[in-house]
Parts: sequence; structure tokens; C-alpha cells
Amino acid sequence: MVLVTSSSSQFVLVGAVFLACAVEMVEALTIVVAVGHTQGWRPALRGALVAVLTLGALVAVVGPALAHVPLDPLRLVVGGVLLVFGLQWLRKAVLRAGGVLGKHDEDAIYQRTVEKIGSDASQAQARRVAFVLAFKGVFLEGLEVVIIVITLGTSARRLGLASLAALAALVLVGGVGLIVARQLSKVPENAMKMTVGVLLVSYGTFFSGEGLKLRWPGDDATLAVLVAAYAVVTLLFVAAVRRAKRTAVGP
Amino acid sequence: MKSFWPVRVVGGFARFWWDFLVGDTPELFVATVTILAVVALVRLTGENALAVTVFPLFTMTALGLSLWRARR
Repeated sequence: MVLVTSSSSQFVLVGAVFLACAVEMVEALTIVVAVGHTQGWRPALRGALVAVLTLGALVAVVGPALAHVPLDPLRLVVGGVLLVFGLQWLRKAVLRAGGVLGKHDEDAIYQRTVEKIGSDASQAQARRVAFVLAFKGVFLEGLEVVIIVITLGTSARRLGLASLAALAALVLVGGVGLIVARQLSKVPENAMKMTVGVLLVSYGTFFSGEGLKLRWPGDDATLAVLVAAYAVVTLLFVAAVRRAKRTAVGP
Repeated sequence: MKSFWPVRVVGGFARFWWDFLVGDTPELFVATVTILAVVALVRLTGENALAVTVFPLFTMTALGLSLWRARR
């Protein structure tokens, strides 16, 4: 039983980190691909690589430092952060699925990036801009993933596993993304975002509850129940938002 | 006039966390803090079963209210 519940919570942890990393990488990759196509792959990949190394260094420095913080206060604070963050992701995903907010448009991001580079006069300056754009794209998108890796990893005392899940997503999604290049807009980003939101809110509830010394019935198995319950309620919210939008527009 | 660099760094750090946690959905931040405070109080009274029940219920209510606010 202990083995089953422990592996189910690890599965949720790996799933949350992997999907969060994949979602954020779609936008980062769009920018890198746009830079690579217009200014060559050298400044694009160099910018992306420097950003990934910087993000990795952040995890390597901050993660182990947090491991020395007592577990209960750490879980309360981190659980609270995960709750807020997860609710923000869920809110956005539900509003997008319900048609209230526009879907994330990778094609528009690609076009904006190309125009940004194209507007620069000299070749050297354009290459510098290309490097900075690729770096910023990967770094800013990756920062959210780093926070998820550090918060989930340290609370579950599984920083290594969380980092590995992020690395696996980076290699897998990055590799596939570079091959399919311009088809990134076909990735079901919103569904992935919604899944991550559900997982983050579930983990946030579980960890902050542990930090408050709640005794969850079923211990780690509660996580699976929370994931299922939050997923069902989220789908009900999507249906409600869609219905409200249809009513507002009229027949 | 440029400010002293440590002030800029601390200001930037604080701004980052403000945007990250509060951003354009302050209601979710306030709701989370309130939920944690209420659950802590319920737990202090020794009502563990009540605390584990209301925690996810309050969380989903907060999301529902935030969605309702966005639809208005």
C-alpha cells in the first residue's frame, strides 16, 4: 500500500513537472524557431542554451538550499504558492476553453518575433537581437518551470526526480519541436495547461494541508482523489462558462 | 536619477513575486491566504475531518468566483 501510494504521488509529481515544462516550451520553442529561421540557428541555439544553463544553475543553487528548511513551514508556504499558481493556470485555461479568452496563438508569436529581428538595420545588431530574443524567450518561459520544479521537488523531497522530469520534457519536446518546427500551433496547449493547473492545485492543497498538520484520509492516496475531484469540477466550470457565453451572445 | 543598485535588485525581486502571485488576479491570492487561515483555525479546534472537507470545497469556490468575476 505504501509503495502504491508513494508511486502514485511520484507519478503526479512527474506528470505535473513534465507537462508544465512541455507547455512553457511550446512558446519558447516558437521564439527560438522564429529566430533560427530568420537569423540562422547559431544565435538562436546559443541564446536558448545559455538560458537553459542559467535556469539549471538556479535549480541547483536554490533547490538544495530549501532542503534545509523545516518540512512543515516549507510545505505550507510552497503549497500556498502552488495553490495560487495552479488556480491562475486553471482560471486562464477554463476561460480559454470556454471561449471567453482567445487561444494562445503560436503563429502570431512567430510573426511578431520575425518582425522584431527584421526591423534591425545592421547584420551584427540583428544577430545580437536574435541571441537576446532566444535567451529571453527560453529564460522567461522557463522561470515558471523552475519555480514548479523547486517548489514541488523540495516539498516532496524529490528535487532530483522533478529535475529529471523537466529535463526529459526539455529533451523530448525540444527535439520533436525543432523537427516539426512551424506546426507548434497544433499542440493542444490549453488542454495541457488545464491538466497542469489541476495537478498544481491538487499538490498545493495536499502540501499546504500537510504544512497545517492536517491528517489526510488515505495519506498520499488523497492526491489521486484531489486530482479526480478538481478535474471534474474544472470540466463543469468549462461547460458553465461555455453555456454562459452562448446565452450572452444569444441564438 | 538612477537608484542605488541593491534597491533596484530588491525592487525587481519584489516586483517579480508580486506579478507572479498577485498579477491581474488579486482575488485568487487573497482567497488562498484566507482559505489557509480558515483551514488552520478549523484544524486548531481539532476538527480534522471538517478541515480536509472544506479545504478543496473553498478552493473550487474561489476559482468559481474568480471565473464569475472574469465573465462580468
